[in-house]
Amino acid sequence: MILLQALAFILDGQNWVSGPRILYQLGVTLSISAISVLIVVVIATPIGIAIGHTGRGRGVAILLSNVTRALPTLGLLSILIVLIGVNATPVAIVLVLLGIPPMLAGVYAGIESVNRSTIDAARAMGMTEGQIIGRVEIPLAAPLIVGGLRATTLQIVATTTVASAFAFGGFGLYLIKGLNTADYVQMAAGAILVTALCLLIDGLLAVVQRLVAPRGVPRDGADSASPKPRARASRSRATATVSPLQEGMQS
Amino acid sequence: MIEFRDVTKRFPDGTLAVDDFSLVIPSRQITVLVGSSGSGKTTLMRMINRMVDATSGAVEIDGVNVSTIEPVKLRRSIGYVMQNSGLLPHRRVVDNIATVPILNGTPKAQARERALQLMDTVGLDRSLAERYPAQLSGGQQQRVGVARGLAMDPNILLMDEPFSAVDPIVRDELQQEVLRLQAELARTIVFVSHDIDEAFLLGDQVVVLERGGHIVQKGAPVDILANPATEFVATFIGADRGRRRLVVSDTARPESGDDRVLVDSGGYPVGLISARDGQLAIGSPTPKSRSVSNKTDQAGDA
Ligand SMILES: Nc1ncnc2c1ncn2[C@@H]1O[C@H](COP(=O)(O)OP(=O)(O)OP(=O)(O)O)[C@@H](O)[C@H]1O
Ligand SMILES: [Mg+2]
Repeated sequence: MILLQALAFILDGQNWVSGPRILYQLGVTLSISAISVLIVVVIATPIGIAIGHTGRGRGVAILLSNVTRALPTLGLLSILIVLIGVNATPVAIVLVLLGIPPMLAGVYAGIESVNRSTIDAARAMGMTEGQIIGRVEIPLAAPLIVGGLRATTLQIVATTTVASAFAFGGFGLYLIKGLNTADYVQMAAGAILVTALCLLIDGLLAVVQRLVAPRGVPRDGADSASPKPRARASRSRATATVSPLQEGMQS
Repeated sequence: MIEFRDVTKRFPDGTLAVDDFSLVIPSRQITVLVGSSGSGKTTLMRMINRMVDATSGAVEIDGVNVSTIEPVKLRRSIGYVMQNSGLLPHRRVVDNIATVPILNGTPKAQARERALQLMDTVGLDRSLAERYPAQLSGGQQQRVGVARGLAMDPNILLMDEPFSAVDPIVRDELQQEVLRLQAELARTIVFVSHDIDEAFLLGDQVVVLERGGHIVQKGAPVDILANPATEFVATFIGADRGRRRLVVSDTARPESGDDRVLVDSGGYPVGLISARDGQLAIGSPTPKSRSVSNKTDQAGDA
C-alpha cells in the first residue's frame, strides 16, 4: 500500500534530518509562506479597512481580485523566474498576488458587516474616524478578518508546492521528484505532508478566530438590523475559502 | 439656547428634507419635535451635533454657529440618545457609559465610578454594570443609552425617538424617568417623537412638523390642545375624532367612591375625575401629576 509506505516514509525520523530532509523542507515552506502572508496582511488590511469603512472602491477590489484569481499560477511564476531569476522573489510575488483577494475580502466584508447604526452612534458620541475603525469596526469584524487570514494562509501554503517545480524547495519537491522518478511513495508522502500542514494551520487559525470573537456579541443575529451586509459577508467568505488546497495543486 | 435660522437641508440625492426652517429652542427646557415619518425631525436634530451639515442657513448654540465648531469636539459636548440605544455590543454596560469620558481623557477608574453613579441616576441596578448590551432588556438598554448621553454632563441632550421601540408600560416608566431627571438636572433637551401623547407629556414646547420640516404649529401643549392651528394638527392630535374633548359621563359610574367617569365624544371612558361631595375637582398640575395630560392613554391607570 502506497499510503502506508508513505506514512512510514514520513514517520522515519532519519528522513527528517538527512536524505529528503523533511525538516528543512518544512522550514522552507513555512518561511516563504510566512513572509508572503505578512506582505499580504500589510497590503490588504489597510485597503480592506478603507473599502469597508467608506463603502467605496468595492467594485474595483472585486474586479482586481477576480483578475488575480484567473491568473495561471505556474505560467506567471515561469515568466517571473525568467525575468528575475531563480530565487525567493518571484515565488513570493506569486504567493502574494494569490493571497491578497481572500484577505481583502475578509477585511472589507468584516468591516461592512458591522451594524451601521452602531457606527452611527459611535460617530454621534464624538469618536474620530480612527477611533471608530480601531475601537468599533475592527473588534466587531475580527472573526471575519481572521477568516480572511485563514483562507489566505491556506491558499499560500498550498501554493508553495508549485514553487518547488523550480527546485526552490518545499514539500512540492517530493511531488516533482516523485513524479520524475516514478517514486509514488515519495509523491504520496509529499501530498500527505502538505495536507497535514494545511489542516494544522487551519486548525490553529480556527482557534484564533474563536479567540478574537468579540465577547457579548451573540454568534449570530447580533447585528440583526443589518441582514444584508451579513449575507454578503458570508458569501464573500465562502468564495474566499473555495478550497485553496485544490486550487494551489491544480495550477 | 439653540437657534435655527433659515436652515435648509438638501441631501445629495436631491431630497429636500428641511426647507427654510427657523426655530428657537430655549435652554433648560424640553422641546419636542413631533410629526409624521419623513417630516425631517431626525435631520433637524442631527444638524445640531453636525451629524448632518445644513445646506444653507445657520444652527447656533448660544450664539455660536455650529459650523465653526469641530464636529468631534461638538459631538462630545452633546448627549445623544437614539431609538435602538446604539450601544457598542462588544462593551460592557459600564464601559459603554464611560466611553466618551474616556475618549476625553478621564482616567479609567474615575470614568467607571462616574458611570456607576449614572446607572443610579437613570434607575439601573449596579449589578448590571458588567453585562453586555445583548444581555439587557430593551428598556434597560434605553436607560443605558440615556446614562451614556449624560456621561459628559452635557448641557444639551438630543433624544431621537428613544422610547419608540419599547413596550407601552416600559415607555411610560422611561418617560416619567425623563421628567424626573429633567426636574433634577434641567438640561436643554431636544426630543424627537412621532407620538403626540409623548410630546404633550414631555414637552415644554411642542413643535408640530409637516414634510420638509415645515412648522405647522408650535407652543405649549395646552395651547396646541386648545387651539389646533390647522386641520392637520387637529387630526394629528386626535381632536377631530373628539378624542381630546372629554365630558363627565351621566351614565357610567364607578361602583363605589366619589369619582366620576370621563368619556370622550365617542362615549369611550378615558379616565376618572374626583368629585368629592359632588364637587368636581379642579387642580393645578404639579410636576408629579404631569402624567395626567396623558390620561387618554392610561385610562384605568388613574
Ligand atoms: N442620508 C439621506 N440621504 C437622502 N435622503 C435622506 C437622508 N436622510 C434622510 N433623508 C430624507 O429626508 C427626509 C426627512 O428624513 P428624516 O429622517 O429627517 O425624517 P424623520 O422625520 O426623522 O422621519 P421618521 O419619523 O421616520 O424617523 C425623508 O424624506 C428622508 O427620506
Ligand atoms: Mg427620524
